[in-house]
Amino acid sequence: MPEKVKRRGLGGWLFLTLVLIAYGLLSLVEPEAAAQALAFFMRVMQQVFPVLGLVFVLLFIANLVLEPKWIKRYLGKGAGFKGWLAAVSGGILSIGPIYAWYAVLSELQEKGMRTALIATFLYSRAVKLPLLPLMIHYFGFVYTLVLCLYLVIFAVINGILVEKLVVQET
Amino acid sequence: MQAGNRLKDSFKKTIHTFINVLPIIIGMLLATSLVITVFPEQISAGLFGNGEVPDALLGASIGSIAVGHPLASYLLGGELLSGGVGLVAVTALLVSWVTVGIVQLPAESLMLGGRFAVYRNLVCFGVAIIIAFLTVYTLQLFGMV
Repeated sequence: MPEKVKRRGLGGWLFLTLVLIAYGLLSLVEPEAAAQALAFFMRVMQQVFPVLGLVFVLLFIANLVLEPKWIKRYLGKGAGFKGWLAAVSGGILSIGPIYAWYAVLSELQEKGMRTALIATFLYSRAVKLPLLPLMIHYFGFVYTLVLCLYLVIFAVINGILVEKLVVQET
Repeated sequence: MQAGNRLKDSFKKTIHTFINVLPIIIGMLLATSLVITVFPEQISAGLFGNGEVPDALLGASIGSIAVGHPLASYLLGGELLSGGVGLVAVTALLVSWVTVGIVQLPAESLMLGGRFAVYRNLVCFGVAIIIAFLTVYTLQLFGMV
């Protein structure tokens, strides 16, 4: 397990270095575009900062409260209807950018969360509760309702399919 | 005493995880900002109009590589609809925008595993097209479109 954490850490720094190199190269070719991208990053960072705080708190709670035994029971292989319900509703209620949630899900994955439920959680995020009024405004109530119903149904189907493919390969 | 130790251990572990995750999140935000700035978001409605299936594939592809707030997909989808693009293509775009993440793929691979990330995104791409057709056909069935 520590090996995995170490590897992930190095990969993260390598990724950040590559992105910074891309910025460096862009600033040589088009300094204005690089400056614009950095200004955009600063604006986004201001919005994401509170979410990072939430992620830290959730990670802390996950480490403190959630035992691998508990995760395996409620979100692991043997998880029944409640597991699916938790993944779907958790995904719908989750806020902030998706990559902030990768950390929480990675932690739960290490503790034994089922692959299908991780994929279902991520898919359920497609139902954006705070944005529903806007979606209704643009596309109508019936369209929004039908689309959201399919998104929830396919969140489960998607989870099952992804798990089958991932497990088949391993 | 035991509870205090547990609290301390959990805090230490969280800090360790957070330090590992931070470069990925910052890298991801920097990469997203770069893509948004360098590649213009405006997509011509003229690209569409080649039949429902090719249009749905195109819509899903645009949604997959697009980055930004889902609200932007509503605006773009609304504009494409008024530009004469079919509802199937627009729905495929809306769904893939929030379910497929080509730009996020490196971060997802690093944190949840490469195989998981690739398969999840591939399945999501296919499902976006299926949902697009199902949604429009369901609405047609009830005479809503």
